[in-house]
Amino acid sequence: MLCEKCQKRPAAVHMTKIVNGNKTETHLCEVCAQVDNSVSFGLDPKWMLQSIFAELFNTPHTENDPSSDAGVKPNRCEKCGFTDAQFSQVGRLGCPTCYDVFENKLDPVLRRIHGNPRHTGKIPKRTGGTIELRREIEELKRELQAAITSEEYEKAAEVRDKIRGLENKLG
Amino acid sequence: MSVENTIGKARSKWMEGTGPDNDVVISSRLRLARNIEGYPFPHFMSEEEANHVINAVRLAVSEKAGAKFPVETEFIDLNELSQTERQILVEKHLVSPQHIESPANRAVVIAHDESLSIMVNEEDHIRIQCFLPGLQIKEAWRLADKIDDVLEKTLNYSFCEKRGYLTSCPTNVGTGLRASVMLHLPCLVMTKQLGAMVNTISQLGLAVRGYYGEGTEAYGDLFQVSNQVTMGQTEDEIVTNLLTVTRQIVSQERSTRKVVLKNNKPFLEDRIYRAFGVMSYARVMTAQEAIKNVSDLRLGVELGILKTPAYDQINELIILTRPAFLIKKAGRPLNAGELDALRAEIIREKLSKININ
Repeated sequence: MLCEKCQKRPAAVHMTKIVNGNKTETHLCEVCAQVDNSVSFGLDPKWMLQSIFAELFNTPHTENDPSSDAGVKPNRCEKCGFTDAQFSQVGRLGCPTCYDVFENKLDPVLRRIHGNPRHTGKIPKRTGGTIELRREIEELKRELQAAITSEEYEKAAEVRDKIRGLENKLG
Repeated sequence: MSVENTIGKARSKWMEGTGPDNDVVISSRLRLARNIEGYPFPHFMSEEEANHVINAVRLAVSEKAGAKFPVETEFIDLNELSQTERQILVEKHLVSPQHIESPANRAVVIAHDESLSIMVNEEDHIRIQCFLPGLQIKEAWRLADKIDDVLEKTLNYSFCEKRGYLTSCPTNVGTGLRASVMLHLPCLVMTKQLGAMVNTISQLGLAVRGYYGEGTEAYGDLFQVSNQVTMGQTEDEIVTNLLTVTRQIVSQERSTRKVVLKNNKPFLEDRIYRAFGVMSYARVMTAQEAIKNVSDLRLGVELGILKTPAYDQINELIILTRPAFLIKKAGRPLNAGELDALRAEIIREKLSKININ
């Protein structure tokens, strides 16, 4: 029997699908079967990602980071009941609180994916509160340090006053 | 305007074929992942909680809540659509294939010009997606940013200072931003230069994949380039990075086109006119073959060998000949053979109205 798709190579993968009592048969060669979505060889890219997560999540981190005490940390989110075992299975977290609960295990994963595991982007306008202000102060403090290092004292004084002004706003 | 209109017509804003660098860049897409405070993520939510989220978003986009969108929108409950209609939304890229896998407790908000869609209860509670023709990633970001601000007036987002917008999957946390461009790269494929480029691009935190087709095989020389990293960079940095790399790819494709046209014109003309011939007369055509031929036709226009059809007509041909659209047109379920025959018929009909010389 020849492959249904290419009509060139002999059919090697025979699949019978029954959906709501309707039976369909497919006969493909190995090459076409790999291209065909309906015939899976267990190489689902999503599955691969999840298993990589699981691996990272469960790897003990012996480097000098605080996650070495991960063993005593809870493995269940008190808010939604999600467990770290479930994360390893589905590659997703249960709720926003999970990010805090599983922090020690999650941070190395985030570092692997994103490099820098700290958000520097947009802040929600209404609920972001004073984050924007604090971020600005941090930025100015870096500027101040740079001005002092390069002995630009006039500029340093200016920046210092700006920081004071913003800190007053914070209250 | 109604759902019926969205499903009945093949055209969307992104298919207009206009926009910068439209000879290589078909469209630009950008999405933001957001979640609402106080609820588990969609995959771990009860039915009741899922309904709360739907109602909260329904309110947030309504004018009653004072929502002022730059575009007019409509709220659609996925349960109110048939399976074919839902599939059409996927074929038009308005929702993801995962979104319609289980339509219960899921919804989508769609702008009338289809430049914007908001998926509710997909992998995250909210996925804002903006879709524009040509190379307009910055413009897509500006639009998504505005929509995000409008929603945030009513909704409390899950946000933390250190990790940014919290998402169901750690690959999206931070900005929750994924930007992508759809590129037509026939000459880089033809000259086998793409493989080396893909390697370089992936070192820059971007991913390249075929748009249609699985794995390494890309039908129709259509590729998608997108950012992988969502945290530790600002939205502007992510967008600018993708824009810079895309411009490089565009200029590579263009210079390769010039060389190929100069050295192999008869070969190129043959390929393009053959595609036109097959499309004008074929009686049976698979989806894969259609995409390949449409791509060759597009190449003809890109190289100036063909004067028509316009890019919008070419883009429309791809969507018109996807399976769910054909079933909708036929008004009944079709088997594979019937699908291929109807596809060939529609393409013949469209091309008969086009004078290529």
